[in-house]
Amino acid sequence: MGTYTLKQLEEKANTIREDLIRMLEHAGSGHSAGPLGLADIFTALYFDIMKHDPKNPDWEERDVLFLSNGHCVPVRYATMAEAGYLPKSELLTLRKFGSRLQGHPERLRLPGLENTSGPLGCGLSQACGMALAFRLDKQAHRHIYVVMGDGELNEGNVWEAAMLAPKYNLTAITAIVDRNNIQIDGPTEQVMPLEDLKGKWESFGWHVLEIDGNDIEAVIDACAMAKAITEKPVCILAYTVPGKGVDFMEYDFHWHGVPPNHEQAREALHELRTLGGKIRSEHE
Amino acid sequence: MTNLHLLQVKNEVKFDATRNGFGRGLVKAGEQNEHVVALCADLTGSIKMDGFQKAFPERFIEIGIAEQNLATVGAGLALAGKVPFVASYAAFSPGRNWEQIKTTACLNEVPVKVVGGHAGLYTGPDGATHQMLEDIALMRVMPGMVVLCPCDAVEAEKMVLAMAADPRPNYIRLSREATPVITSLQTPFEIGKAYVFSPGKDVTILATGMMTVPALEAAEKLYKEGIDAEVVHVPTIKPLDTVTILKSVRKTRCVVTVEEAQIIGGLGGAIAELTAENYPVPLKRIGMQDCYGESGTPEELLKHFGLDANHIRLAAHHVIELKK
Repeated sequence: MGTYTLKQLEEKANTIREDLIRMLEHAGSGHSAGPLGLADIFTALYFDIMKHDPKNPDWEERDVLFLSNGHCVPVRYATMAEAGYLPKSELLTLRKFGSRLQGHPERLRLPGLENTSGPLGCGLSQACGMALAFRLDKQAHRHIYVVMGDGELNEGNVWEAAMLAPKYNLTAITAIVDRNNIQIDGPTEQVMPLEDLKGKWESFGWHVLEIDGNDIEAVIDACAMAKAITEKPVCILAYTVPGKGVDFMEYDFHWHGVPPNHEQAREALHELRTLGGKIRSEHE
Repeated sequence: MTNLHLLQVKNEVKFDATRNGFGRGLVKAGEQNEHVVALCADLTGSIKMDGFQKAFPERFIEIGIAEQNLATVGAGLALAGKVPFVASYAAFSPGRNWEQIKTTACLNEVPVKVVGGHAGLYTGPDGATHQMLEDIALMRVMPGMVVLCPCDAVEAEKMVLAMAADPRPNYIRLSREATPVITSLQTPFEIGKAYVFSPGKDVTILATGMMTVPALEAAEKLYKEGIDAEVVHVPTIKPLDTVTILKSVRKTRCVVTVEEAQIIGGLGGAIAELTAENYPVPLKRIGMQDCYGESGTPEELLKHFGLDANHIRLAAHHVIELKK
């Protein structure tokens, strides 16, 4: 365990979820389910797993995180704000004119973003390119994380990269698939079946780990194990609950691409603040 | 008529393909800059990347037949400070991976060098699927992209070195066929410049790529007919050298554009936009007239689709007539 205790990390994830609800309500558009589901993975990455420096986003020794499914970028913005890359007040500029927080991330708008994304399927390839460059530059100690959506795996581009990484044994990459089973048109297995997903990645030459992607400790352990495996690149299938933390959003694909309205946001924030009384009191 | 003597001794002119010039230039670029890397989609010998592959095996990456991955792996390398040349046939790259080039090269603002081989009608017998004619339009419309189209192997070689030093995403269009080498090591080349290859006063013929040679041949024919045509070679289609081009157009007050690509969105489109907004003059666009090619020899196809010296000559007469 790193600087923070598990309880502190869970509190951070909850704070990030609260920020997400406020951001999305204020923006009036955007994606709710994916970012809420990814809050634990992003908390684990930014506050325990990755080597990075919010005061020096271009630090040459940093680990790199590619967000491939760019529509989930609110969770990255909220986590980066929590880590000190940008002021929290700026989060409410999400999707507004002139904001650094574009609806889909643009690398050069905000220091600390590593790639421009939105059109799906390109993150793993860019990670492959960077891993090849790190190998040439003898920077093998730097690690590259790629967060992808499961619906995104419909894209052929992903599987082109999935073929290439084992060919060059690009073990500097850890691919994390947000397996939340939803995409815009419905459940993934109805829109375009992905199973046997573990078997698919394995047959492409990857070592696959399966975890509960809403269990921060499991995310940290899996990423540590992924770094230790040097025979194959590692793909973590992180099973997450879409809309995690907000009861009326959980598991409902209708929340993939819409924000909460004012009433819904109030209800969501109430729920996040109390969360079974486990994390903190609403009256704190 | 400075350069026409080159054509009058055409039998002694050396023939070489732009892809060969590209291959030689890439090896030189690799020697000059250790960050230059090459990626290919299963066409290494055909695109003439084999020289680089041999010289720098650790800096060559075989992507396989996967053009989307070609562009995006290239972008990843560029994000880490490399200068990736990503090569395939133009029909597939940028034909298949336009969005990847936009998002991961141009919007990302990283210097991916897209190499489109076997472009245009010169791909002859392979037929319409492989005769990429829309690449100039596809790349020209993309903000941040530089579009280059060499007229011969020597210029292609110089272009590669200029590309390696340029911080922007670039596209270079290459041809399979050996065509006359009309420039020399002394001929200037700079990204963003157009060059008057044959000065004149009656009509401006703006040509790019493989069509600069027939444009010069047309000027020679016109000269015998008493018409003094100015041939301007436009190796950089974006950003256009508006100064050189408008200077010529103001002088001659009529224009013919010539390219081995769709006139819609191509050099013809670019010049029509430029002149319409700045100095409207009669204009005729020689190139593919919104249609696809078919199998045949390059000579048969160029003649059939009106891309030879005779059609350029007729177009020149036409616009001269219009300005009266």
